Amino acid sequence: MAPLFKKPKYSTIKGVTTKKEIPEGLWLKCESCNEVVHKDDLESNLNVCPKCDFHNPITWQERVELLTDSGSFKPQDVDMSSVDPLKFTGTASYKDKIAENQTKSGIRDAVVCGAATLDERPFALGVMEFRFLGASMGSVVGEKVTRLAELATDRRVPLVLVTASGGARMYEGLYSLMQMAKTSGAVGRHHGAGLPYIVIMSHPTTGGVTASFASLGDIIMAEPGALIGFAGPRVIKQTTQATLPEGFQTAEFLKSKGFIDRIVARKNLRQELSLLLGYLS
Amino acid sequence: MSRRHVLDFERPIYELEQKVDELERFGRLNDVDVDEGLERLQEQIDVAKKEVYQNLSPWQRVQLARHIERPYTLDYIERICTDFLELNGDRHFSNDEALVGGFARIGDRRVMIIGQQKGRNPEDRQRRHHGSMLPEGYRKALRLMKLADKARLPIISLIDTQGAFPGIDSEERHIGEAIAVNLREMFTLNVPVIVIVIGEGGSGGALGIGVGNRVLLMENSYYSVITPEGCAAILWKDANAKEQAAEALKLTGHDLLELELIDGIIHEPEGGANQDYDAAATAIKTAILEQLQQFDGKSADELRAERYEKFRRLGTIAE
Ligand SMILES: [Zn+2]
Repeated sequence: MAPLFKKPKYSTIKGVTTKKEIPEGLWLKCESCNEVVHKDDLESNLNVCPKCDFHNPITWQERVELLTDSGSFKPQDVDMSSVDPLKFTGTASYKDKIAENQTKSGIRDAVVCGAATLDERPFALGVMEFRFLGASMGSVVGEKVTRLAELATDRRVPLVLVTASGGARMYEGLYSLMQMAKTSGAVGRHHGAGLPYIVIMSHPTTGGVTASFASLGDIIMAEPGALIGFAGPRVIKQTTQATLPEGFQTAEFLKSKGFIDRIVARKNLRQELSLLLGYLS
Repeated sequence: MSRRHVLDFERPIYELEQKVDELERFGRLNDVDVDEGLERLQEQIDVAKKEVYQNLSPWQRVQLARHIERPYTLDYIERICTDFLELNGDRHFSNDEALVGGFARIGDRRVMIIGQQKGRNPEDRQRRHHGSMLPEGYRKALRLMKLADKARLPIISLIDTQGAFPGIDSEERHIGEAIAVNLREMFTLNVPVIVIVIGEGGSGGALGIGVGNRVLLMENSYYSVITPEGCAAILWKDANAKEQAAEALKLTGHDLLELELIDGIIHEPEGGANQDYDAAATAIKTAILEQLQQFDGKSADELRAERYEKFRRLGTIAE
């Protein structure tokens, strides 16, 4: 798992970014199709590129709004925050990174969890926020996902996780790795209680999250074009010297390989989730 | 003294050992008494060894963990087990030889022993992907562990991998899912599970057979979320910063024990397990038997609950 993402210029992580040469920040260039898109057109389309249908990451608030009855989401553990167990010092201190990301994102760590309803059916919802340190999994992500699974088990409701992750939280060393076991154990208890678990994989879902709770759903759905995998394509290329097949590690590729139940466009996600909860509740 | 592969930091010791050889040869050829000189050299060697081996840096331990002469799973099985009956295959796709396992007897205990196996020669290494398992390896491991559960035999899991195999086939057959299912299912086992990192404990590929009631490290092994090189490349943007990364990651047994991330350390012969396979094997065997004894009389419920609680509390947060 470990050598995951070299964050800068990672070629297959697509997204829409502001280009300096485009005036006033109203026009954005889609990194997936390179077309110039108006900001309003993107926003009114759930952050999906109107030209190429690429599903850009959305904020946790947008995701909650998309998937729950208005006002039903009751977040838990909102103040839980990472500490610096290894006193990690390198080129940057972990403490500074955390503070910087908390200010930038307005949340304390990379996942938001709570009880919610959709069409009045109760469920437990966790949403990973890629903007927070690439939604890497450290102790807080592990603990919050674990508590969410425990909440769902206690209340005997379905568990729904919207995943995204660039991999492990290296700054937390082995603590980070152990979250894979902890979350899988908690999800396993929910499973053992005969309760349903739905995973919605968004772009990108990789590394330790893929090798733990994200891959354990009874139902696994993915957004179109999402990058999903364990090892990063660059590492695979380097190790095996192989030419990667077209569309390797995309949601579509993995569906054809039998890993994903359904690929669901963002605009249909609410309806599909509701339907599923109806079958499973 | 059978040093064949000398690590950079061991050179001072090696040079003194060579002087001993030279002096012995000189004494033999010229029929003179060199005992006094030999004694002096031996003292110097003892001092140098203490100096080097008692002050190993994290990176030096990583080097020892990867030492090409380090004993591997099969070397230990050969020395600590009798009646080893190897079992093969995942019953779905293939037989991943990066993981070996089977029934065995250790002392008067019957167990299921599984472990990651690096190769000894180039051909063997290629066949076993240098101990980096494919999805079918994790599924094979789980099949054997479930079999142990059925037979009510304790499970001994030996970890020695840089990580799961990063390849196209690995992803196509869902390596992430294979590891995740093992993590989930290992919590449900009704028998004691003893995990020992004997060399490299490389991230999810290691953890995929690593959910135990006890997790022990050999003294010169390491357990880490990422290799020092990988961490250096990402956080330092410089693979040469591997020594700093090894330090920062707190990946040695001593650091992990202090952080309460592992349960114990198995001491190795001076200079590392590669210096004396038999002594290393004896140390492991003793540790396994000691550990197993602690689970005698425990019910399946207790074993499962203890294993769950052990991992449940791992993490550091502020609320
Ligand atoms: Zn586009």
